Amino acid sequence: MTTTIGLEIHVQLATQTKMFCGCSTAFGDEPNTHVCPVCLGLPGALPTLNAEAVHLATRLAMALGCKVHEVSEFSRKNYFYPDLPKSYQVTQFDRPIATGGTVPIVTERGSRSVRLTRAHIEEDAGKSMHAADITLGGETLVDFNRCGMPLIEIVTEPDMQSGDEAYEFLRNLRRLVRWLGVSSGDMEKGAMRCDVNVSVSPDPAKRGTKVEIKNLNSFRSVKRAIDYEEQRQAQCLADGTPIMTETRHFDEVQGTTSAMRSKEASNDYRYFPEPDLPLLQLDPAELASVQAHMPELPWEMQSRFERDLGLSPYDAALLTEERSTAEFFQQTIALYDNPKKLASYMGTEVARLLNERGTTLAETRLTPEALAGLLTMVENDAISNTASKDVLPLLVDTGTTPMEAVRGLGLEQVSDTSTIEGFAREVILENGAQVEQFRSGKEAVLGFLVGQLMKKSKGKANPKLAGDTLRRLLK
Amino acid sequence: MPNGLPRTLDQYRLAIRAHELSAEEYLDETRRLIERDDPQVRAFLHLRLDAAQSDAQAADPTSPLAGAPIAIKDNIMMAGERCTCGSRILEHYVAPYSATVVHSLVAGGAVVVGKTNLDEFAMGSSTENSAFFPTHNPADLTRVPGGSSGGSNAAVAAGFALGAIGSDTGGSVRQPAAFCGVVGFKPTYGLVSRYGLVAFGSSLDCIGPITRSVRDAAIMMNVMAAHDPKDATSVKRPHVDFEAALQPSLAGKRVGIIRELQELDVQPEIAAAIEMAREAAVKSGASIVEVSLPHILSALPAYYIIAPAECSANLGRFDGVRYGLHVDGRDMTETYSRTRNAGFGTEVKRRILIGTFVLSAGYYDAYYKKATDVRQLITDELDAAMQSADVLLTPTTPTTAFRIGAVTDPLEMYKADVFTIPANLAGVPAVSFPAGKDTAGLPIGLQLTGPRWSDAELLSSANVLFTALGGES
Repeated sequence: MTTTIGLEIHVQLATQTKMFCGCSTAFGDEPNTHVCPVCLGLPGALPTLNAEAVHLATRLAMALGCKVHEVSEFSRKNYFYPDLPKSYQVTQFDRPIATGGTVPIVTERGSRSVRLTRAHIEEDAGKSMHAADITLGGETLVDFNRCGMPLIEIVTEPDMQSGDEAYEFLRNLRRLVRWLGVSSGDMEKGAMRCDVNVSVSPDPAKRGTKVEIKNLNSFRSVKRAIDYEEQRQAQCLADGTPIMTETRHFDEVQGTTSAMRSKEASNDYRYFPEPDLPLLQLDPAELASVQAHMPELPWEMQSRFERDLGLSPYDAALLTEERSTAEFFQQTIALYDNPKKLASYMGTEVARLLNERGTTLAETRLTPEALAGLLTMVENDAISNTASKDVLPLLVDTGTTPMEAVRGLGLEQVSDTSTIEGFAREVILENGAQVEQFRSGKEAVLGFLVGQLMKKSKGKANPKLAGDTLRRLLK
Repeated sequence: MPNGLPRTLDQYRLAIRAHELSAEEYLDETRRLIERDDPQVRAFLHLRLDAAQSDAQAADPTSPLAGAPIAIKDNIMMAGERCTCGSRILEHYVAPYSATVVHSLVAGGAVVVGKTNLDEFAMGSSTENSAFFPTHNPADLTRVPGGSSGGSNAAVAAGFALGAIGSDTGGSVRQPAAFCGVVGFKPTYGLVSRYGLVAFGSSLDCIGPITRSVRDAAIMMNVMAAHDPKDATSVKRPHVDFEAALQPSLAGKRVGIIRELQELDVQPEIAAAIEMAREAAVKSGASIVEVSLPHILSALPAYYIIAPAECSANLGRFDGVRYGLHVDGRDMTETYSRTRNAGFGTEVKRRILIGTFVLSAGYYDAYYKKATDVRQLITDELDAAMQSADVLLTPTTPTTAFRIGAVTDPLEMYKADVFTIPANLAGVPAVSFPAGKDTAGLPIGLQLTGPRWSDAELLSSANVLFTALGGES
């Protein structure tokens, strides 16, 4: 059985205002408060294109390796629905802003590229709230706050073969849109939405019947829906039940799909060029500038970290999940040249603390200088690794320097020979039995004596120096 | 008009500035005329005479329009006023905002007296397609004023306003101007903002002035023409003073006659008016050249594909969900269907159906795509013709105003726009001006068409011919 999967992803562009008017794109406000004659489609109102939306779309398309077209065209997609106030959606059809491009994915089956068909920009529709969602008995209400939000729709080639691959594709795409700042990528807030096309065929050379799945509200849902659909279609093939070309609805609770409506053979959107908007012409100089200012992409940085810094794929992936984390890491290794140790420390101690605080690195007061300073102190035996765990919260919460923090906590490691000698003499006096055992050749007892010394120093004695001193005095 | 009162915007402004007249006094006279004659003419769908009175009191006599009464076609938004588009579906719709051009006019000193009747959603050539009542031609009350801006043109002809605005998608300003004996100007597409004009054929729609003289059209254009950031098809151009650009002669101008249109059947008096205009042009220093536009006769069929296609999308929003007429059905689809069936008239339905058909999968290439190709061809031919002629002289209409109810075949009605449609397809400016009367005493209109952005020069040429043929300078 061969499964073939293609995705259509809507990514909401992170602009301040809507695609064709000046209304705010703020999420979660009172329904119908971010509306105007333009996004409500009132008679006589006309659209004007948000240049920032075009800029963000261009940036994303270029990062995806698409061919960005200097001239593209808006079209009207006509259909009646209460949340579509003009009865048409302004989108791109024949001449999208970008075509081609790829997204790399890594799964158990290795690294591959998923090819993109196209990317186009369009406006979102409003949001219908049906009786099930509201307590107003049977009515359907419409919130137009979302209407006219700027979207880029990315359509892939049918290049994926499993739910895992689709999941990985989405994860990587979300990492990119966040990396570039073109979208929050937040699926829960609808900033990223995905429809899936799945077909299963017994013959790898032939494509099966395409089934579309909607209502996928998380990456996990996408994977679960594909896994379910794969089984369902395989079962149909085994039973000889025909597979219908249809749109199916994913039930998150059951983890199953069910037929939503048979896709009418002639769902005719009557696309034609949008006469209210001139052709979208991009300035070649500006395109070149967007390209020139393109940051290193997350997957590029991830492989560089593995290749040049010797990081594990796990650490490299973790550090390149967020651009601010990756930048923090890079700034820190400029000051503390032990990438593996730093990666591991960030992946464990720092990550744990951020998790506890429920915050992100960028939101804390931790600086690359402070973290590099802290790790250098550990490396130089100025403090113990254990003590560093008490220091880190101060750096994160108050932004103080590691020196100050260590001093404030009284955690400086004692490496002063005469102080340690003093502790050592006390330990020898107080532990006569163990001293005898050591002198009679029981080397292992030294560990106990060092432990006693550490206790006296409240853990601050340099353990290596403590051992050396005891050994010298007991000879 | 009683003797002594100004007949044109230009004369009105002079009188105001000379303190011989106040905006309020003039409005009082206008009001008297409206109250006396509009019950017969029926130019207005709604009047706002009391509001106009306080506007006139407050009017700045030094402003460009100095408090002159102006009428607005009822498919252009004016905040707080109803905007019905002559349709049952918007019968009670009150505009929540003003069109950019209305803002400009009011800021320029216009006193808006009312909203004028039109063919429903500007679809028609007689104003008989208004869902409310037909408007009558002031020159002969048994005849149509033309359309779709029949109310605005009748209002200016009857003295109910010194100027008006209308929308022109295929001739809707110019054809009724010819029927009513006034000046109607369709500017270059993109010169006047469309923001606030209820769209019919978005790529064709232009707002233009309707006045009693060509000079008055220039005065109004000085207020109306401006780049509008709210309209993406509005074009930023260097400032032009339309009135100052009016020249006294046609010296050095080449007046083009279109070979292919010579064969069309035209009422004899209109053909004679063209001859008179030619002679006047030559007398004023112009030369006459013949130009060829091989595909111009395909303009009418191309238009009746493109305009309905765009209207089928533009009018989809009137679905009864958010505003306007709502007729309940058992489900969503039936609600849409009942609402639109009750809300739209026959001609609007016809055009929505044609437009839906020509955009449908399988027909798009044969109809819509073909029509846009023809449109490009005609545009290229017009541009080429404008290399050898500065203006093109044609009749505005094949006939003078017909009787109310006389034309019932929609195709016959469409033919009334045969001379005016090419300018909309090509986006070029064209103006209709009065050129005498036929034997029945009905006004004749002639049309000059110019190259894109030659609006000021075009009005200047029209002004020379208009005054030479007896119009007021």
